[in-house]
Amino acid sequence: MDTENLLEIKELAVEVGGKEILHHVSLTVKAGETHVLFGPNGSGKTTLFMAIMGLPKYRVTRGSILFKGRDILGLSIDERARLGIGLALQKPPVVRGVKIKDIVATCMKGRASEEAVMRLAEKANMVEFLDREVNYGLSGGETKRSELLQLLAQEPELALLDEPESGVDLVNMALIGDLINELLHKEHPIRGRKHSGLIITHTGHILEYVRARTGYVLLDGRIVCEGDPLEILETIKRKGYEECRKCAM
Amino acid sequence: MRHVKKPDGFEEMAKAAANKPAAFGEDIDLNQFVHASEELPYEQELALLPEETKRQMLQVGVVPEGGDQRAGTFIQMDHSVVHSLVKQEGVEVMGIGQAVEKYDWLADYLWKAVAVDTDKYTAVVELGQSNGYFIRALPGSKVVYPVQACLYLSKARLAQKVHNIVIAEEDSELHIITGCTSAPRGEPGLHIGVSEFYVKRGARLTFTMIHNWTPEIAVRPRTGIIVEGDGVFISNYVILKPVHSLQMYPVARCTGENAIVRFHSILIATPGSSMDVGSKVLLEARGARGEIVSRAITTGGTITARGYIEGSAPDVKGHLECRGLILGGSGVIYAIPELKGTIPGVDLSHEAAVGKIAEEEIEYLMIRGLTRDEAIAAIVRGFLKAGIEGLPAELNAEVQRAIEASEKTLF
Repeated sequence: MDTENLLEIKELAVEVGGKEILHHVSLTVKAGETHVLFGPNGSGKTTLFMAIMGLPKYRVTRGSILFKGRDILGLSIDERARLGIGLALQKPPVVRGVKIKDIVATCMKGRASEEAVMRLAEKANMVEFLDREVNYGLSGGETKRSELLQLLAQEPELALLDEPESGVDLVNMALIGDLINELLHKEHPIRGRKHSGLIITHTGHILEYVRARTGYVLLDGRIVCEGDPLEILETIKRKGYEECRKCAM
Repeated sequence: MRHVKKPDGFEEMAKAAANKPAAFGEDIDLNQFVHASEELPYEQELALLPEETKRQMLQVGVVPEGGDQRAGTFIQMDHSVVHSLVKQEGVEVMGIGQAVEKYDWLADYLWKAVAVDTDKYTAVVELGQSNGYFIRALPGSKVVYPVQACLYLSKARLAQKVHNIVIAEEDSELHIITGCTSAPRGEPGLHIGVSEFYVKRGARLTFTMIHNWTPEIAVRPRTGIIVEGDGVFISNYVILKPVHSLQMYPVARCTGENAIVRFHSILIATPGSSMDVGSKVLLEARGARGEIVSRAITTGGTITARGYIEGSAPDVKGHLECRGLILGGSGVIYAIPELKGTIPGVDLSHEAAVGKIAEEEIEYLMIRGLTRDEAIAAIVRGFLKAGIEGLPAELNAEVQRAIEASEKTLF
């Protein structure tokens, strides 16, 4: 076993509502690395994240998911979260009555204090929203900042970020980029960096702010390409996913 | 037992209604209860009350010791006023019997907001009264701390009947916290409370009532409120512990322009509990506003959550919000929101939702590391707290304490 492999997915197949969405997906993220996942709508990107996180609706029928060398398929969502997996949802639900500051404090566990929550909220430009109910009445960009604020409080070793740039205006993109870089400990030297990320991006804008080592293209539930993320993005921009489809054949 | 002198006529009306069943709820056989009880001694020092009694009082927000944060205190056990004290100028607190003797004019307030012949429960209060409280804020006085009142049912099989009158005189401000509770033993009992509230022009009255009964007790409050011009009445009702049968449907009339009424209620029905709880607001004057918000949770009991707003004057506005959560397999929540407009230009709306907690919300909190049970508890706590927004800080603390205490038994 290679202990440097933080996340190791092998030959994964996932069903939703009896229909197989992912087929034979394999990928590995080493400690300290950031990878990005490209793919058109409906290709299975979010399904992969939900399966890693362990949501029951996303049923793994074949293959394995190892996290820090441990098979996590039998673990509940919260057990996976406590092992060090964090997920920022693309469209998180509103939870009425639960305030953002409460959930942030919960994420911080023993480290929580009013000052610590405030410090993180200042970074995420979320101070004025702390008393707001979770995701209630937030704009697209505010939702993304709220998700990243919660993840910063959680400090997961592996951050799964589902389209962190969607609905974010240009002014806020740099802030989103800063928050992700902090979450992934990008200020640390590559050598010895522990925090890793897997980022779903539809547009690739996030790559202007966050460096990634590897990119994948997911098409119809299969990884059809793996390589330099900027090179993949360039190809998609110029020729669209049709070019990737040719590769898959 | 002190009987109250009242104008003629009420007794006859009460006799005629003595067997009249209530419009809603289980029909309680009044003959199965004891109607007389011995006079209990007056207690100058609340600290000297039995420990068990003090514990029960604390659970309904009534502070028996060190009540420096209270403008006054009224404690009635069974039929006896055992303590009555005023700590702040501008407020009066006493037994209703004493008040009727002191003020001739008080006769004009009896059975004016609640009809004596509403049903057999109001009738029996008139025919065999067992005290109750009189609380009044004098004109213009701002009573900072709440007045606390406790109605305590101690004797087994007793029918406790009270008649309360609350008057917030013009431009006054008054907060009341009332705790109704019983000795923690497995004996049946009946609590009937007639409460009449008068909010005069420009006055502001908040009334927070916490109930904490046992699974054998039947409860029939009968409440009427009259709010004059620019007056504000805010009611918060909280019942989180088991009860055999509870039925109440307070009616607030906005009789003056721009009067405001808000009802908030939080109900938890455990297995075996039956609750039929409604609120009614009648917007009878220009610009009056009414709001009814209820949060109901069943873990196996039955809840009927009623709400009724009627607009019969120009520029009135009313909103009714009723949400129910079903946490137990055999629980039932029946939400009945009703709106009635009788002239053009009224603005009335309602929203009602009954269901279980959305799985998506539980999973979302689990993604953040909460266990399933912790996630449900956080959502339920949030659900309940949203039902009582806008309480004064002091009362809010009491209600939050009650919610947190009940959570421990919920999960």
